[in-house]
Amino acid sequence: MTADRPLRAGAGLKPEHHRHILESRPDIGWFEVHAENYMGAGGPPHFFLERARALYPISLHGVGLSIGSAGGMTPGHLARLKKVADRYDPFVVSEHLAWSTHEGVFLNDLLPLPYTEATLALVSRHVEEAQTVLGRPILIENPSTYLRFEGEEMAETDFLRALARRSGCGLLLDLNNVVVSAVNRSFDPLTYLDTFPVEHVGEVHLAGHAVLGDIEAPLLVDTHDRPVSPEVWGLYHRLITRLGPLPTLVEWDSNVPAWPILEAEVARADSVLRAAGEGRARAA
Amino acid sequence: MLPLDATQQTFAHALLRPELQVPVAVAEMVGPTRERRFAVHRNNVKASLVATLAAKFPVIQRLVGEDFFEATALVFVERHPPRSPVLAEYGAAFPSFLGTFEPAVDLPYLVDVARLEWARHEAFHAADAASSSIGSLAALADDDLESVRLTLHPAATVVASAWPIVSIWTTNTLDAEVRRIGPDTPGEIALITRPDEEVFVHLLPQDADRLIAALADGAPLGEAAASVPDGFDLSTGLALLFSAGAVSGLLEGMSE
Repeated sequence: MTADRPLRAGAGLKPEHHRHILESRPDIGWFEVHAENYMGAGGPPHFFLERARALYPISLHGVGLSIGSAGGMTPGHLARLKKVADRYDPFVVSEHLAWSTHEGVFLNDLLPLPYTEATLALVSRHVEEAQTVLGRPILIENPSTYLRFEGEEMAETDFLRALARRSGCGLLLDLNNVVVSAVNRSFDPLTYLDTFPVEHVGEVHLAGHAVLGDIEAPLLVDTHDRPVSPEVWGLYHRLITRLGPLPTLVEWDSNVPAWPILEAEVARADSVLRAAGEGRARAA
Repeated sequence: MLPLDATQQTFAHALLRPELQVPVAVAEMVGPTRERRFAVHRNNVKASLVATLAAKFPVIQRLVGEDFFEATALVFVERHPPRSPVLAEYGAAFPSFLGTFEPAVDLPYLVDVARLEWARHEAFHAADAASSSIGSLAALADDDLESVRLTLHPAATVVASAWPIVSIWTTNTLDAEVRRIGPDTPGEIALITRPDEEVFVHLLPQDADRLIAALADGAPLGEAAASVPDGFDLSTGLALLFSAGAVSGLLEGMSE
């Protein structure tokens, strides 16, 4: 959460769009990349990111640190994350409230955590360690959840508030994850938003999801493979009207569309941000 | 409430093994059953890892078909799950696994085609370096030519096979119409390079792998040239190495 974070919408930097972006230099506020895709020695990933970084602010989003692993974060991974952060100087570094590594095996999913005091102590310790190594505060993202554990002791929003206070981290509020989890865990997304510790939010994510199964008992799945849903746009409008502009990412990671389609989604988020900014200017 | 490490232990095991039950820590809730909820994670893990293997071994997938590939990849994922969140590093063991996978024993060329595909993948992510031109070699005096050592480009890799792997790869990747490759087609040696942002596959002449192995070991050019049989066309072989971008530097006047 540095002072020069762009209060605009951004897009994921996808190999499908690399050449177009470098050649046409679209008017996009910033790009986000997954840190793990830039941990190789060289080649096209670094070639294109270096050139994109020269043109745009970059946000670094990690998916492999496994901050919630009881057996410790992914060994050696924090040092690799720091190397990428040092090389590309992102305006923000973020990770997930999740775990993905167990006994050295990487499961390639953002797995859920039981919201208990013991989990909170563990995650706070790991976030503090990450921030110490990286030399900066990071943002932690609220997860998409599909299930609940026996014996949970607090709501997700209370867990995140306590985590931010204890560790000094900021929060990345993924509104699609709110919509997905709200259906899957039967809570009201508006209540979630109203109880979320919004004072810690440094970035917002928007994305699309899939609906699995019948109408009677659907599960929503966080797929990032389609346009942002109307419910997510509704929550976004409400959030930004209340908080004012925040860096906002449109995530579209599989079935990646042609650039103009993604660009139009980003422009839509930008128009919400602009309206909120103008509203604030009038009120001032 | 179980300790977190115990919960994660059963969760992790049940994710990779479909015969195991959903962990007891997963609560009963209104709506979808515990099994359906847990199945989302099981599917995320397996589908994403099968997809990452398919992206690295597209010719293998094409040769065996999508269903066979998926079944094969699922067994591989269960037996050799990733050990790092950097998925670019996942799949190095897939070629040798294909050699031991019972249902694939009738397709012995798969192992070497997979080695070629993995070499392409590694070349994509290899360290960057500028390539040398053959002009730098031509500029040397004859004496220096004998003693010069070639530094191979970090992305340059050789895959030698008893099977026509370059023909198989090429016709399944680049050709507009797939060529028929008969059982009497001789073995081939592939040279994989990535001089800039693009990965290339070249067909090397027979025995060129011995020359490159000697150069990679640090042998001076004169000694490396002696490691190939008489009749090997050294100047053509070297011209191919340089034009493919497989050489990144010359070291002169170095002694043992």
